[in-house]
Amino acid sequence: MSTQPTANAGLAEPEIRAGVGAFLADRLKGPVEPDTDLFATGLVSSLFALELVVHLEQAYGIAVDGPDLRLDNFRTVDAMTALVLRLSGSTDG
Amino acid sequence: MSDNDSPRPIAVLGAGVMGTGITTLALGNGIPVVLVDLSDDVLSTARAQVRQQSRLATMMGAFPGGRAAGELTTTTDIADIAGAAAVIESVTERVDPKAAVLAAASAAVVPGTPIVSNTSAIPVDEMAQWVARPEDFLGVHFMNPPYLIRTVELIRGPRTGDAALAAVRGLLDTLGQKAVLVGDGPGFVINRILQRMINEAARIVEEGVADAESVDAAFTGCLGHRSGPLATADIIGLDNVVDSLWVLLERTGDEGYRPCELLQRKVKAGEHGRKTGHGFYEHGPHGGAR
Repeated sequence: MSTQPTANAGLAEPEIRAGVGAFLADRLKGPVEPDTDLFATGLVSSLFALELVVHLEQAYGIAVDGPDLRLDNFRTVDAMTALVLRLSGSTDG
Repeated sequence: MSDNDSPRPIAVLGAGVMGTGITTLALGNGIPVVLVDLSDDVLSTARAQVRQQSRLATMMGAFPGGRAAGELTTTTDIADIAGAAAVIESVTERVDPKAAVLAAASAAVVPGTPIVSNTSAIPVDEMAQWVARPEDFLGVHFMNPPYLIRTVELIRGPRTGDAALAAVRGLLDTLGQKAVLVGDGPGFVINRILQRMINEAARIVEEGVADAESVDAAFTGCLGHRSGPLATADIIGLDNVVDSLWVLLERTGDEGYRPCELLQRKVKAGEHGRKTGHGFYEHGPHGGAR
């Protein structure tokens, strides 16, 4: 957890949500609703889960480890946005 | 990790897609691994891949809780596998490299050490001639990715001994893998059917009868398959598909296994599927969306 959140400094929830949504729209070739369960709907395979982790880490300067490394944190745009916010300390809560 | 109760390591020969996947599976189940390949560069990349695959497996809840991960040792010296509890060969699906590696491995371990080939299509008894003790030799066909798919084909050759079969069953049990025991022959069960299905699916695309998405949609939608034959081919690797098809054609004489032009063109163009980013589908740096 010592990674410096440089890439996202100052980013707020709407920007992160938009960024995550844009990444998915690009990779899935179409828009995704914020609460769509990507895995339950078969939009992505389990192998894609790792790409989501690595993308969030690189794009937002966070490190996802330990108990945070679970599928539920990556199921939806909402969940990923909340994870990035929490790990980057953009909101302190 | 260094007390006498620690499990003995297994040796994995070949640090490609399947070799790293099997390594990830073993480490996550608490078994140390000695991973062997020809170059330090390949092994360095493999270490990074194993690290990421372990994260994915953890994320998917694929590893048992409360078990410390095994330790990974990488080496270019096959003599380092001497103390292994079992050897899993996972090199390219071609006769020459497999024969050389299996002969060297067989010479490096003590008699009674099970030697397993993760072969796709070459019959177990054909490979048994390359090892010093055919009774210690058998096949295990792991699926890709092995740390997420929990069933394997276990192939007993005509010369495989009971002790080796029992030892490998025990190992698979520790790895959380269910074994389906099948007999020997080109492609065993899965690849005798699957590789031909992929070849035919590619031929359908080549002839313009349907595009890749439509072929796969028919299999997933109509037949309930988890993925269609061409998405599956991209995950396997189109180079491996073509290698396996040649193995099957040469051993059966059945022209249905001759790799179609489209498959051969894609392999020549470096479009090997998920691992190169391009195949029948486009894939991201860590695997496609499909």
